[in-house]
Parts: sequence; C-alpha cells; structure tokens
Amino acid sequence: MRLEPRDHCPWWLLAAAPLGALAVALVLCGLLLVWAGAPLTEAYPALLRGALGSRFAISETLTRATPLIFTGLAVAVAFRAKLWNIGAEGQLYAGALAATGLGSGLLALPAALMIPLLFGAGALAGGLVLLFSAWLKLRLRVDEVVTTLMLNYVVLLLVSYLVFGPWKDPMAMGWPQAMPVVDEGILPVLWPRTRLHLGLPIALAAAFLVWLLMDFSRWGLEIRALGLNAGAAVFAGVPLGATVLRTALLSGGLAACAGVSELAGTKGYLTLDMSPGYGYTGIAVAMLAGLHPLGVVAAALAVAAVYNGADSMSRGFGVSSYLADVMTASGLLAMLVGLLLIRYRWRWA
Amino acid sequence: MTPPILELRNIDKRFGRVHANRDISLTLHPGEVLALLGENGAGKTTLMNILFGHYLADAGEIHVAGERLSPGSPAAALAAGIGMVHQHFALADNLTVLDNIMVGSESLWRPWQSRGAARRRLLALGQEFGLAVAPERPVGELSVGERQRVEILKALYRGARVLILDEPTAVLTPQESEALFATLRQMVSRGLAVIFISHKLHEALSLADRILVLRQGAVSASFARGEVDRGQLAAAMVGHELTVPERGHTAPGAPILRLEDVSAPGLENISFTLHQHEILGIAGVAGNGQSALADLLGGLLATTKGRVWLGEVPLPGGPARLVSAGVGRIPEDRARGVVGDLSCAENLILEDRRLFSRLGWLRWRAIGDFARELINAFGISTPGPAAPARGLSGGNVQKLILARTLTRQPRLILAAQPTRGLDVGAMEYVHGELVRARERGAGVVLISEDLEELLALADRVAVMYRGALSEPLPVAQVTATRLGLLMSGQGFAGGEHHAA
Repeated sequence: MRLEPRDHCPWWLLAAAPLGALAVALVLCGLLLVWAGAPLTEAYPALLRGALGSRFAISETLTRATPLIFTGLAVAVAFRAKLWNIGAEGQLYAGALAATGLGSGLLALPAALMIPLLFGAGALAGGLVLLFSAWLKLRLRVDEVVTTLMLNYVVLLLVSYLVFGPWKDPMAMGWPQAMPVVDEGILPVLWPRTRLHLGLPIALAAAFLVWLLMDFSRWGLEIRALGLNAGAAVFAGVPLGATVLRTALLSGGLAACAGVSELAGTKGYLTLDMSPGYGYTGIAVAMLAGLHPLGVVAAALAVAAVYNGADSMSRGFGVSSYLADVMTASGLLAMLVGLLLIRYRWRWA
Repeated sequence: MTPPILELRNIDKRFGRVHANRDISLTLHPGEVLALLGENGAGKTTLMNILFGHYLADAGEIHVAGERLSPGSPAAALAAGIGMVHQHFALADNLTVLDNIMVGSESLWRPWQSRGAARRRLLALGQEFGLAVAPERPVGELSVGERQRVEILKALYRGARVLILDEPTAVLTPQESEALFATLRQMVSRGLAVIFISHKLHEALSLADRILVLRQGAVSASFARGEVDRGQLAAAMVGHELTVPERGHTAPGAPILRLEDVSAPGLENISFTLHQHEILGIAGVAGNGQSALADLLGGLLATTKGRVWLGEVPLPGGPARLVSAGVGRIPEDRARGVVGDLSCAENLILEDRRLFSRLGWLRWRAIGDFARELINAFGISTPGPAAPARGLSGGNVQKLILARTLTRQPRLILAAQPTRGLDVGAMEYVHGELVRARERGAGVVLISEDLEELLALADRVAVMYRGALSEPLPVAQVTATRLGLLMSGQGFAGGEHHAA
C-alpha cells in the first residue's frame, strides 16, 4: 500500500476531516470512559446535554467560547506569519491588567467610552508584550517560542504581585484580587439570567474583521506571503520587520481582548485564576480551525462545548473533568492527521 | 578484458512531460573511471538516482557483476556494492567520523563490541586508499574536503565496488580537487570502478578512462581517453545550435548600471558598466560569487565597499525600493520568486501590492483583470488566476516571474540563471523575452552557467572567479576556450592576486 499526493482535494473530503476527527476522538475517549467505569450510553448523552441541552448549557458554552475566539484568533494570526506565539495566556493577563489599571476607579467615563477604552488599552498592553518578543526575534534572533512562553510567567507573576500587594482589594476579605471594575466598564449581559455578555458579539466582530484583514487587505497578503515563503516574500519587497511587528501587535492585542472580556464580562475583578489556560487552549482552537479566522469561531464553540459538556458529565458520573482536555487533544490530533491524510490518495500496490 | 562490474541496459524514465532518461545504456569495468558529462537537466542525476534505487525506471535493467539488481531499492544497491557520494553530504555534524560511518552499516545492538573492529577497519581503509581522517573527530570540525573523504570512506566501508561521485568538485578548492583525483586514481588502481558526474570538461578529460556525454536525457556521445578534445566534448554536450532570437544591432545607450570597486560578503572589488540596449553575461563555475552578485543587485545584500549607480543615482537598497526604481529581478532560485501557496494572481501582484490596493484594501477586481491579462499575454498555463502557483510547472513558474517582472517595463533587468532546469521550449521563450527587453532599451545582467546561452544572448561577457569579476569582453572576441580558462581562474588577474 502506498500514499500518492493528490492534485486537488475534493470539498467533501475537507468537510469529512473534522467529522472523522470528532468520531475518532469520541471513540478514543469512549475507551477511557469505559475504563473509568462510566456507562457510555449515558455518559455521552450527558455530555451533549451539558454542552447544549438547556438554556443554561448553551449560554455557558457561548460564554466560554468568547475568550477562546479571541485567543484562537490571536494564535491563528501569528501562526499564519510563522510567528510562534505561545504567549496568548500572558497577553490575556496583560490585557486584563491594563483594563484593571484604568477601569477600577482611576477614570470615570460613561460606558460607551469606558468599554472601548478598556478594550483598546488592554489590546495595546497585550500587543506590546508580544511586540517585545517579536523585536527580540528580529534584532537578536531569539526564539519567540521561548520568549513568549516565558513571558507568560513574567506577566502572571506581575499580576500575582499586584493582587497580593498594591492592588489588593481591602474589601475582598483577604482574597488575592484587585479592586473590581467600575460599573461603567462592565460588559452588559445579553441574555437575562445567564452570564452571556457583550464580549461574544465583540469576539464575533473581531473574527470577521480579522478574516477581512487577512484575506482582503495588503497587510494580510504580506502576512500570508511572509508566513508561507519568507524568502520569496522578502524578495518581492514585503517589509520583514514591519510585517512581523504588525502581526505581533495584532496577535497580542487579540489575546489581550480575551483578558478584557473575561475581566469585564464574567469575573468583574482581576484574579490569578481568571483564565483556566484560555491562552494555551487558543492554540488548539487555532489549529483545529486550520488557522482560518472564521473557522476559529466554529472551533472555539466546539471546544467550549466539549469543556462544558465534560464538566457536567464529570459531575454526573464521577469521572475526571480532565477528560475534556483529553477529548480536545485527541480531537486535535485526529484532525491534524486527517488534514494530512486527505492530501493523499490511498493506492494498493 | 574483465567482465563488467556494472551494466545499465536501456534505462528510460519520464517525469510527466519531461523525458529525463531516454534509452540509456552504459557499462563499467573494474579499475575504470567513467565520466558522465552533461549540462544541467541533461539527466545525469536522474540516471544515478535510478542506479541507486531512489527512482524507479520506467524501463530498462541494471546488472551488477552479472546479477540483476532489484529496482527501486537503495538497500539492494548498497548490498550489491554501489556507493554514492552526493553533492550535499549526508553527515551528522555532531557525531564523530567513526559514528557517522557506523550509523546505518553496523548493528545498533551492543555497539561497543563492534566499535573497536569498526575503528580498525576504518583506519585500514584510510591507509589503503590514502584517505587519512581522525576517527574520533566530530564531523562538524572538518573541512569540506575532509567531509567528502568521510563520505567516500563511508561508501568503501560498506563494501562499495562502484563509487558514484555527483559533482564532487563543485564544493572543492583546486588543491582539494587534485587531492581527490589522486585518491580516485589510487582507488581504481586497486580494482574499484568510479563514475564521476560533472559538467566540467577539463576534469573529465584529465581523470576519465571513458567519457559518456548526456544531452536532453539521451547518450549523445561516448569517447575513450585521448580520442577527444575540449571542443568536441563541448559540441557533444550542447548539441544542435539553440535557436536564438534575432538580435538587432542596437548601439548601446547611456549607462544604466555602474559598479565601482564594489565589495560585499562573497564579492571582491567588482567594477563594470552596463548600458541601455545591452545584455551583460556573467559566466563562472557555480559558487564563485554569482549568487552574491545576484543578491546584491536584487537588494538582498548590502555592499561593504564601493558604490553602485542606477543611471545617475545610487542604486536604492532593499527589494521594495528597487522595484519602484524600475529594476526587474528574476531570482536564481524559483522558490524565491513565487509563494507556492498563494494564487497566481497574488503572486503576480506581490511586487506591486501598493498599486493594487486602496487604503490598504486589495482591489480584487483590478487584480483579477490584471492577472488574466498577464496569463494570456505570457501564455502561462494555469487553471486560472485563483489557482495556487504551486501547481505550475517549472517553465510556467518562470513565465509567471517574467510576466511580473517585465510587465512594468523595467530599465534594468537582473536575470540569475533564468533558464536553469527549463526544457528547450521554455528556454527559448525566456531568451526571446530577454532579447525583447534589450531591444526596448533595458540593460540586462544575465548570470548563467550555460556558456552557450551567454554567447548567444550577451553583448559582452565577464567571468566570475572567487568573488572577483573579469573585464567584460565583447562577445565577438570571446571563445569558449578563453571563457573556460577564465572560469578555471587562469589568466585571471583577480584570481591570481587572490591566490598569491
């Protein structure tokens, strides 16, 4: 048996890849579930109910998808330019940090100004964090995988210092958290009696804008050309430094929006456990989406559904909720293998 | 006469429309050096890859010492005693010489037992063939010539009876080449057979017992030692006269490009002047600074000394400014010319992004019209403007690059190896376009390893040797012999100076 490369990939195969990946992930995790002693015929329906089975479940999935759309976009944009941004988590906290600094009493503005200001300031902070790594890469050829990853800890330790020290809220009964965001900065709830907030439409708009930018703008063409073939892009006159720095600002800014959205939309105040690894999960989301901005929305919703469903399943059957991580990871692996395989035709020789 | 150690019978191989090997037969006896001569794309490497089992021939058989070699299996070729030294060495820099030689030939099981024996065998082989290397030195510390010795020893260690060397001197200094030739002579005197692949005439003439010339995939001539001279070999390599577009006798115009004593990494004190209506050919053996010159004129390399003038102004730095100053560039490496995963349309406007965008947004309708126009005008064979450039053949990729470059009517054209690897039709197309640009008034710098191409197209020819450039000579005063001498550094003021 041998694999031969295909010239063209039919659309139905492209569509089949994610579905096949889902099936593989379900089967693999089914084995784990059986091993953990949960009845499959009840556990999987419970997962589905927990993800989408009620008004509450749907709203929670959407709420959870919101930061994943932002971090997924951040990673997708950077990876398109082959800028390996592993630091969305740190950029997320940098965004929340900046928004807390401006939004918890320093300024008094109406909501119509305060919310855009918080997003803008947060995005700038996150963008600057990644800009630093990108600058190190350009000037000193420091590997951005290392610097972005390490900066996650730097930012997190800074947050830790602030919420335990100077920014600690005296009214929080000793909990390490910063002063809450003022009412004008809080993102309004969209669906009564749920947590779903304005962050979701902002995230969707961001995905749409990023798609337009990547596919229909000159900067987007430059970013794509640079990522696909840096030698040819530079030869054709694409400015290497400017493009990398632009990409870094955009990517870091998008990741930071996840932090602002979580801060002002769900938490209300800055803590150290604000993100359960949204920055890292964003990598999986972006890869599942094939780095396509609109695909990121779908992938973020799917991953959020899996996490929510697995949480509720774990409560019902006493299995670990880490199963959600395993499911996302095996789904991602199956998806990547699938996307590789559909480029080939199977020949029996 | 001893029976042949190697026999290739009627080898035939096609890649799509390219007929890479046509009915090639050859025999090789122990103690013999066979030179396989041919231009780029003549099918030398394909033939050797078939022999070594990397490719499957469409037809034909290979016999080693009378036994049929099972096709498509490098392991079978190795076991039959065929050793190959590639142009690009397959050595791990961080391992020692001995480790590199043992990897793949000794069992990994209990390596410490075999290591002593392997070391003794390696030293004995080195002694026998005059290939001294220190077994425990890391390969990363060795010179290029020493690494090549390790590759040869690796083949010998595996029991090679036939040693194939693919362009072995391309990376060597003349002294290292001489040392290699001495080694090869010693090896054949002990009964080995050597196939020596080259496109350098004098090496084939000085080393080989027999010379087989390939042209366009077929054997075009076969000579025994001493019955051929340079001129006959060159004629056999190039074959029929290439049809060259008529060049009008246009008088050169004003200077368009002037280099004054320019140095850069890989370039030493280069001076020349190129005029409008003129093609300046740059010849030279690969790796003598042609790439650096192309990079310099393409905006990718900065000068360390000297000045470059474009007309009356300094040549601007960086690809983007060069493009807007009216310089058209055809890169040496086609992978550098197009982004395979972008569409043909996107590749066609990659240099002119600003012209095709408004407020930062790409004007897709204008881009599509422009791309369709160029695809028709240049006869690029593609499903459409939106099809990825990856799907194009080599010749069509080159047409795409030409279309992008020439549509802006550049004043200065830098063409680096513009026909490398192209079939004859595409080659003639490229030649026609370059001559048309010259008629229009452009100055063209044509860097090529193909002497016939240079002599046919250029108004003046200069030779690069070790980063220096000879005085450009009018093509009427140039003979292939004189170019060949210059290319080997003889009669080369810069080269002698460098060696002194």
